[in-house]
Amino acid sequence: MPRAGGVERPSRPATQAMVSLATDIVRTADGVPLKVTLRRVDRARKLKAVALVVPLFLFILLSFAIPIGVMLFRAVDNPEIAGALPNTVAELARWNGDELPDEATYAALAGELQAAHKSKTLGLIGKRLNYELPGVRSKIMAIGRAVTKIEAGPYKDAVIGIDPMLGERRLWTVIKSAGEPYTIFYLLSALDFERTQDGDIVNVSADRAIFRDVFLRTMGISMTVTLATLVLGFPVAYLLASLPARTSNLLMILVLLPFWTSLLVRTTAWVVLLQTEGVVNDALMLLGFVDERLQLIFSRFGTIVAMTHIQLPFTLLPIYSVMKTISPTHVRAARSLGAGPFVAFWRIYFPQTVPGIAAGCLLTFILSLGYYITPALVGGPTDQMVSSFVAIYTNMELNWGMASALGAILLAATLVLYLLYNRLIGIDKLKLG
Amino acid sequence: MTIADRQYVEFIEVQKSYDGEILVVKNLNLSMRQGEFLTLLGPSGSGKTTTLMMLAGFEAPTHGDIILDGRSISNVPPHKRDIGMVFQNYALFPHMTVEENLAFPLEVRRMPKSEIEEKVRRALAMVRLNEYGKRRPGQLSGGQQQRVALARALVFEPKLVLMDEPLGALDKQLREHMQLEVKHIHQSLGVTVVYVTHDQSEALTMSDRIAVFNDGAIQQLATPNELYERPENSFVAQFIGENNRLPGKVVLVNGAGCTVEVTGGGVVEALTVNVIGVGAQTTLSLRPERVRINPPNGACANVFPARVEELIYLGDHIRARVSACGQRDFVIKVPNAEGGVGLTPGADIAIGWKREDCRALDPS
Repeated sequence: MPRAGGVERPSRPATQAMVSLATDIVRTADGVPLKVTLRRVDRARKLKAVALVVPLFLFILLSFAIPIGVMLFRAVDNPEIAGALPNTVAELARWNGDELPDEATYAALAGELQAAHKSKTLGLIGKRLNYELPGVRSKIMAIGRAVTKIEAGPYKDAVIGIDPMLGERRLWTVIKSAGEPYTIFYLLSALDFERTQDGDIVNVSADRAIFRDVFLRTMGISMTVTLATLVLGFPVAYLLASLPARTSNLLMILVLLPFWTSLLVRTTAWVVLLQTEGVVNDALMLLGFVDERLQLIFSRFGTIVAMTHIQLPFTLLPIYSVMKTISPTHVRAARSLGAGPFVAFWRIYFPQTVPGIAAGCLLTFILSLGYYITPALVGGPTDQMVSSFVAIYTNMELNWGMASALGAILLAATLVLYLLYNRLIGIDKLKLG
Repeated sequence: MTIADRQYVEFIEVQKSYDGEILVVKNLNLSMRQGEFLTLLGPSGSGKTTTLMMLAGFEAPTHGDIILDGRSISNVPPHKRDIGMVFQNYALFPHMTVEENLAFPLEVRRMPKSEIEEKVRRALAMVRLNEYGKRRPGQLSGGQQQRVALARALVFEPKLVLMDEPLGALDKQLREHMQLEVKHIHQSLGVTVVYVTHDQSEALTMSDRIAVFNDGAIQQLATPNELYERPENSFVAQFIGENNRLPGKVVLVNGAGCTVEVTGGGVVEALTVNVIGVGAQTTLSLRPERVRINPPNGACANVFPARVEELIYLGDHIRARVSACGQRDFVIKVPNAEGGVGLTPGADIAIGWKREDCRALDPS
């Protein structure tokens, strides 16, 4: 057989080629190549699928993706000084930073401050420089008024004469860096870093450092809340999944009840319960558990209790729906194979709930990171989370650069945790039911 | 009394009720030998699965006692009973590989690692799945999963193995193949098996004895042969195999035989099996293959005229539906022998059967 095969072999490739040529183009009954027909049939199906998705896609693009992009951009965008003092900034490009700038730079500054005074945009310049040099705002306004009185050069000495600050390198360093179109100033500030006069990045002094604390606090509160919802929710989810349908439906309504009232109402209810003259304190005093009223509200305790209450269904429901899919015969099988009740639970039941735990905890953790109203209402000053600072910068300080930088760093931190989580548990294991 | 004769599993006056109103299992007395293959057969809701669950320890008897190997197990939790169990949907642990599934019962018994590996390897070889140890259950076909479940229930060498409709989810061909495989494993290991099914052909194929359940009670407990040939009541006669049922009234009892006046007309000589006495209502049970067409004179005690209504061709035999004795759905199975059967619809023929083949049972 091998001999005979060897003899015949030379003719085989040719035969194969002919066969493959003949079968290469498969045609439908009316002679159109099969692939063309298939594409045509598929195209209609694809178009239909796209049409179904487009409205939501556009909505998400406009209301979610683009705003996030704008926010990320605002965290580094730096238009104020470059727009108000273009010539000064251009002149400063030549400046080596070791000594004071030259006459031409002072002349440009004087001219542009005069123009700014006329167009009433001095405030903008002052506000921007004030971010980096606290207290400089009022001085800029005064300088702007005085500089209009200088009618001809040389400007350098005249300008320094208005305010000695203008003869310091510090101000010029700030103007130069603030004049660049993009800055990492906001991102640095959001992490409690600042730049020295020589451009080195250093920690801000301890009395001005707040944001690292705020980020750690945000993560800490979110993790505590996540853990609390898991510890409280897991047994309930187990009960719901193993009870007969009639009883479990009733219990499920109780679990879902909080979903049917607004977040604000629920948080306010906690204010009523937890305040010093509130229900909980009254009860504790009446029963004689405490001698004086406890500070339950405006504290970390109150914040975590209220947030845990609100987040409980978010952790519980994914766990419940995964538990629903676990066949009760698995535990029975484990028991029949010789495992005691605890071993059967721990080695057979629990591992199958992990995807639900992962999904529920991730959901609660990420939602907790963004909490704003609840800490604001039931938390004390040291319980405010990142979003409350974002709100302060957006609504009160009108410092959108700072608000965006805080948001961007929170987003980055969340993404890092998410990647870590993916590495540890695997995002493909996530299951909502 | 040898070891093989000793009663290994015993149910003593076991009753079970879930709601305190209805007895799901009524006064069950059942005993089986070591090494026996016993099948609990019955329609759904007949109490057979509840009986199995009580033996496994997942349900507690409301009354009575269950003895395993000379010891009452009513207060022994399931994991200490040392009973292997195969579930209807296999109940393989999806987050473990096949090997881990098989190792689980050995690990919880704290066996040394080397011994576990050896036993798992042998168990896989037994069900011919040596190559599949590293796979997850979800990557196996139904038949393969079934074999893993079987191996897992046997790997820790239990003395008793329970199977709850284990082949129900397989297609017909695979099911028949697995029936033989389970039977061979039972024979080679000598384990005691309690098998639950509602499929009578499965029960007949595999069992040493069959307990036919209906309405929470055992209707008859006998070998497959005995059950088919000599059903003791009309439920068993109808549930196992096919039979023609002729209702009637006993007019004469004569020792082992009796004479029955059939409601539709005619007087039949039958075996007395389950009748109260003269004047009582009865149901005559007659297997379709025991009816002869145009029997020679004197060959049959009962001969009646009949008309062929319908012929159904089934390959190895032909089902003839005839009207006789006032019944329009009297069925006869005619072997598809050489030369054909020579029947045509509408033809008038004579049919007959022996007295021994016709059993007078309880009316129902």
